[in-house]
Amino acid sequence: MIDFVQLVVSGLATGAIYALVAIGFALLWQTSNAVNFAQGEFVMLPAFVVLALIKAFDLPLWLAAAIALVVAVVIMGGLFKRAIVDAILPQGAMTLAIATIGLAVAMKNGVRAGYSAEAHPFPALFPVEPIRILGVGFSLADIGALVLAGVAIGGLSLFLAHTLAGRQMQAAAQNRDAALSLGIDVDRMALYTFGINAALATVAALLVTPSYLAKFDMGESLGLYAFYAAIIGGFNRVLGALWGGLIVGVLSNLAGAYLSASYKDGFVLALLIVVILFRPEGLFGSSEERKV
Amino acid sequence: MTAGRWRLLGVLVLIAVLLAFPFFLRNYGLNLYARWALIAAAGIGLNLTVGYAGQVSLGHAAFLGFGAYLSAFAIKAGWTMWPAIPAAALLCFVVGLALGFPALRVQHHYLAFATLGFNALVFLAMRNEEWLTGGNYGIQRILRPVVFGWSLRDSFSYAYVCLGVLAVIAAIAWWILRSPWGRAFAALRDNPIRAESLGVNVRAYTLLAFAIGGALAGIAGVFFAPLIGYIDPHMFSGLVSIDLLLIVIVGGSGRFIGPLLGAAVGVLLPEWLRFMGDWYLVAFGALVLALMAWCPTGLAGLPERVATLLRPAPRDPAERAT
Amino acid sequence: MASEAPVLEMRGVVAGYGRLTILRGIDFVAQRGRLTTFIGANGAGKSTVFKTVFGLVRPTGGEILFEGERIDGLSPRARMERGIVFVPQGRNLFPRMTVRQNLELGGVVLRDAALRARRMEATLERFPRLRERIEAQASTLSGGEQKQLEVGRALLLEPRLLLIDEPSIGLAPRIVADVFALLRDLTDHGVTVLMVEQNVRSALRASHLAVALEQGRVALEGPSDSVIEDPRVRAMFLGGHVAA
Ligand SMILES: Nc1ncnc2c1ncn2[C@@H]1O[C@H](COP(=O)(O)OP(=O)(O)O)[C@@H](O)[C@H]1O
Ligand SMILES: [Mg+2]
Repeated sequence: MIDFVQLVVSGLATGAIYALVAIGFALLWQTSNAVNFAQGEFVMLPAFVVLALIKAFDLPLWLAAAIALVVAVVIMGGLFKRAIVDAILPQGAMTLAIATIGLAVAMKNGVRAGYSAEAHPFPALFPVEPIRILGVGFSLADIGALVLAGVAIGGLSLFLAHTLAGRQMQAAAQNRDAALSLGIDVDRMALYTFGINAALATVAALLVTPSYLAKFDMGESLGLYAFYAAIIGGFNRVLGALWGGLIVGVLSNLAGAYLSASYKDGFVLALLIVVILFRPEGLFGSSEERKV
Repeated sequence: MTAGRWRLLGVLVLIAVLLAFPFFLRNYGLNLYARWALIAAAGIGLNLTVGYAGQVSLGHAAFLGFGAYLSAFAIKAGWTMWPAIPAAALLCFVVGLALGFPALRVQHHYLAFATLGFNALVFLAMRNEEWLTGGNYGIQRILRPVVFGWSLRDSFSYAYVCLGVLAVIAAIAWWILRSPWGRAFAALRDNPIRAESLGVNVRAYTLLAFAIGGALAGIAGVFFAPLIGYIDPHMFSGLVSIDLLLIVIVGGSGRFIGPLLGAAVGVLLPEWLRFMGDWYLVAFGALVLALMAWCPTGLAGLPERVATLLRPAPRDPAERAT
Repeated sequence: MASEAPVLEMRGVVAGYGRLTILRGIDFVAQRGRLTTFIGANGAGKSTVFKTVFGLVRPTGGEILFEGERIDGLSPRARMERGIVFVPQGRNLFPRMTVRQNLELGGVVLRDAALRARRMEATLERFPRLRERIEAQASTLSGGEQKQLEVGRALLLEPRLLLIDEPSIGLAPRIVADVFALLRDLTDHGVTVLMVEQNVRSALRASHLAVALEQGRVALEGPSDSVIEDPRVRAMFLGGHVAA
């Protein structure tokens, strides 16, 4: 039982990180019809920006992270949207999806060639030692990841629901034509979501890199899990992507412990394929709009 | 000369060059050349699925893997690789039919992820079922065949074997595309709803697009294992499927010559551009981006694209549209 | 004021999508306080005319004047600020937002929050049913209520020119009559209304003027009752399946 609780909590912590990336993926899709195959690399890059800043200027972690956040929002948000998405999306959503695969290849190998092919240790935000709650030991890093991801996602939800800009973003996502007809600057709203995606990816990088280590290909499996999470949960809703992330994190943890360690990914993949076949809009998605 | 004659001449020159090429290569170059031929052959299969029938697939490396593992099993069992060819074609055809089912429900990126998930499952099985596949370690020392006492083990002979595989697969694909099936595939890609109303059995052809594309890649895979001499699961992971898709798209999806060009960019160029090291892949990624932005029809479409850019725009676009 | 400029004037407008030209020279004038119905076969370009007037489609030729001034270079938002409001064809609500949130979004171009609140209040006065359902999700409204919300939201900006594309789609006949009556009522208050309708017979009965488009050109225009009598229109719509 104690094991079970620990597994669920650490699964939730990993899942929350997937959720950060999956939510960004969902936002890009909703406001721009953009499928970004480079999501994992969008997590990898800020991790290396943080590392490089710490190494070059001996900055404290928080300051390096803050600078990385700004860099990420400018480059992976604004520049990505303006220079790549705006140029290629008119050729079709699938063409853009392929282009982002090319982007992922270029980013990965750019870091490998320009920085290092090695795995680098990364400073932890939260201490690793366990704490005991009601006799059950939890890793502080897990709890910290859950809390920070929760704050980021909660903040995003409040912003979307309660500010005029957030509402306009939702409007652009729910019904683009209607939003245009009301004078909502749909393109600007899309730009904001690209910035938000970059910010969420940076938070994910801070949480995941201490245990994954910073390596040029660290985004491969992370990105894949986030995609699976988004599809399983349903990526025409932010909530769907959130639930998808948590489900994937907990499922692979539990399946790995109780069913088969070597096939733990298999359970996630099986769920993915079942969802795609029988409920393509996702477990928590809605099929009302943006059907492909 | 008419355009058709020019094209025929071009094809003949291409064949002559391909046939003459091995004479100028040494061991390493011959193996690379053979690898190009097999990747191009697998790419032709994928191009049927992606380029001609319009169904995205990120599961194609799995078919290559099926062929390679079957070939390794057959060789290790002492049966030589030949029985693996029909076995791989059949297995990949059947699995391809099954993989086609998601395509009946979803399209585009959903399909991309469904097929990628399939590839990841196959990868897991290859990695975990050690009793059969050797697990992470894979299968070593896979020998090339000897036919009627005539050894095909040296790289020179085997390069021609692989070229032959490419020729046969290209011929099969050419024949399929010329047949009513090819027209049905194109109808499926361009407008599935209209295809249905024209009497094309969309269900059947969608499944067939995966099955045939998979079977062709499976056959290429059979020859892949003895070429490299060993196999392991990482040679057939989802990442490899992504590479294969990029190869087809960079070359020109829906163009017959596309996979040959794409495989050259993916297999041969990195060797010639070795001095670039890891930057080569950065340049490759950038090439993909550039092509998607300016010439989504890939390298094969580049001449036409350049021609349209050079030609003055038609006076009244409406004339063309109607 | 005999010399008042027409509300809308289109002179030889050519427009389309990318390389595809749809409108091949549209000439059209709308006077203040008139309800004009655009009719024409599917694909004739009716919606494209509205999108071009609103600014979602950029003309490649010709001129568009609103109250005597060129507007064809302006963004949709700038046109809204001048008083042009567009209700597109099809579903125009944000399904997962409440009635209140939908209405609020109708006023985003109004910078003044107090003004927005006043206008919302006026809209709710006019459509009491919307007030009753103010906190309901838009997707739960009936067809008629949804149309009320769309029109109410459009009126929030107190438009001088209202473009409404196929408002009757999916509505019961009685409710269609209400919608047309509402539009006609707006014209009595000085609003100029252009509407696209497939429901030709009842739409023409409600409107002052009619324009028939054919392959991106104006094929016929005039007072509704004369257009309704025109043998070509009869052949095109009233007898055939289109009017159904
Ligand atoms: N966004 C678009 N992109 C390309 N073509 C379009 C687009 N919208 C409409 N069209 C084409 O323009 C033509 C006219 O469309 P539209 O103005 O909607 O006609 P109507 O409203 O009269 O039915 C049609 O052939 C249609 O296919
Ligand atoms: Mg229309």
